[in-house]
Amino acid sequence: MTLDDVLASLFPDGHDVRNDEGVVLGSAVLRSGTGMLVVGIADRTALGIDEAIRLSGYVLESVGRDTGPILVLVDSDSQRMSKRDELLGLNEFLAHLAKVLIHADMNGRATIGLLYGHSAAGALLATGLATRVLVGLPGADPAVMDLPSMAKVTKLSMEALEEKAKSTPVFAPGLSNLARMGAVHMTWSSAVSLAGQMEALLADMPAVQDKRDALGKERGGRVKAVDIAERVRDLALQTR
Amino acid sequence: MIAPLKDIIPAERARSTSFNEASARTRLELLLDAGSFVEFIGPEQREVSPHLRIFDLPEQFDDGIVVGHGRLDGSPVFVAAQEGRFMGGAFGEVHGAKLTGLLRAAREIGSIPVLILFDTGGVRLQEANAGELAIAEIMRAVMEARIAGAKVIGLIGGRSGCYGGGGLIAGCCSALAVSEPGRIAVSGPEVIETNRGVEEFDSRDRALVWRTMGGKHRRLLGAADVFADDTVQDFREAALELLSLVGPFGLDGLRAEQARLADRLRSFGGCEDAVDIWTAEGIAHAERVPELSADLFIALANRIGRTSRDAR
Repeated sequence: MTLDDVLASLFPDGHDVRNDEGVVLGSAVLRSGTGMLVVGIADRTALGIDEAIRLSGYVLESVGRDTGPILVLVDSDSQRMSKRDELLGLNEFLAHLAKVLIHADMNGRATIGLLYGHSAAGALLATGLATRVLVGLPGADPAVMDLPSMAKVTKLSMEALEEKAKSTPVFAPGLSNLARMGAVHMTWSSAVSLAGQMEALLADMPAVQDKRDALGKERGGRVKAVDIAERVRDLALQTR
Repeated sequence: MIAPLKDIIPAERARSTSFNEASARTRLELLLDAGSFVEFIGPEQREVSPHLRIFDLPEQFDDGIVVGHGRLDGSPVFVAAQEGRFMGGAFGEVHGAKLTGLLRAAREIGSIPVLILFDTGGVRLQEANAGELAIAEIMRAVMEARIAGAKVIGLIGGRSGCYGGGGLIAGCCSALAVSEPGRIAVSGPEVIETNRGVEEFDSRDRALVWRTMGGKHRRLLGAADVFADDTVQDFREAALELLSLVGPFGLDGLRAEQARLADRLRSFGGCEDAVDIWTAEGIAHAERVPELSADLFIALANRIGRTSRDAR
């Protein structure tokens, strides 16, 4: 789906969401009357310092002024790979965006990520993976690491990697692999109205606690993470 | 006469041990009060990565990270140290989950700080999806711990630097100390060169790498508030200093960070090179900053360097 399709299906009564060179900012009102802040990155734009600071600033302006959930739309490239971005501290800008989203989520502004296109690496960490619930749409093609790069580093052929990817979701790109990890909570249908699916999610929003590791175990993608984290936590709590 | 090694008191060993060259375990041993470190899920439990065997790669019994608790000047601290010599300190499923669990305990307790000794190239490629998600969970857990009142301090001076998602986690910390070899960035030099060409970034130009991503530049920008000389004792002192400086986290801190980063972009967005930024900051002969000794650099940074205190 294109950004326009997504917005039209989510907000059939209209919205004031604008796409300015890949930076998506605006708001809309759902059928239920709930107002929603909308931010995002579109057109497979790389997420660099210039984009990140606008997104974090927009969310911060809304915090304390508005109420309602925050939607983060994601169709990005990776983080912008450039000398200028790194020189000026891209890690701080991306972390800041993630922090603003996490803080909002923990303070009454539930965050929902909607991955409808591509995303990768640092861009995904600062957007979709910094929300409480990450929803995938059919056709989304996230890739933490692309197979050609992985072939180069691991010195394995593409065929060998593709063969290995059949037995595990742990390294290969794709929405279903991220879902099995617990990163993508649910995949919506693009055949029915997104507005209805959004209302259903908001009516049954999961608690603020991060349960992605438990989800990853349930789905067989990350069998150890939740138990290791739990064991370390228990041991650490005994030191009190 | 030379004293036998075992008789040298820990502070002297810490003072003469390079943080950069030491292993993760040695860093922790010398950073904390002598004999105070207790590990959680140590190597004897052999909790290895379940994924490396798919690639016929050797496992490590601690999966490249050491987590536990100890004391720093008598006060309890949680600690995590990445081992940059195992797969570049990269985040995999088990590696990341250990740190997540530690941070979740810190959140519940609220008063015990966490020290993270970063040494990482970012996501472990062979388990990229699990590693990426582990980083997302750690970022969330850092913020939850900070909101609950726990201080999370990052110490950056390892061989693998602090790259990829490691850089994002560092950006979530309450404060950072960095040494000259401690590089902080998202995309590594080779990644930029591969994707954008050698004209954009020549990864073999080591001087360019250090002045763009290295500890001195990060200290001058205010990304790190303390510059440490490359000894474990200096990092111990830096950690103590930062623990005394860090205030509570809140919305005001995020608003201040927004202003701090926006100001950086306005002031230096047109600069081509770190030397241009340092010159714009009023440093005479800025091109000589990379040669300055730690003492001279710290004096300069204390005078001219920016700060992210209460703005992160």
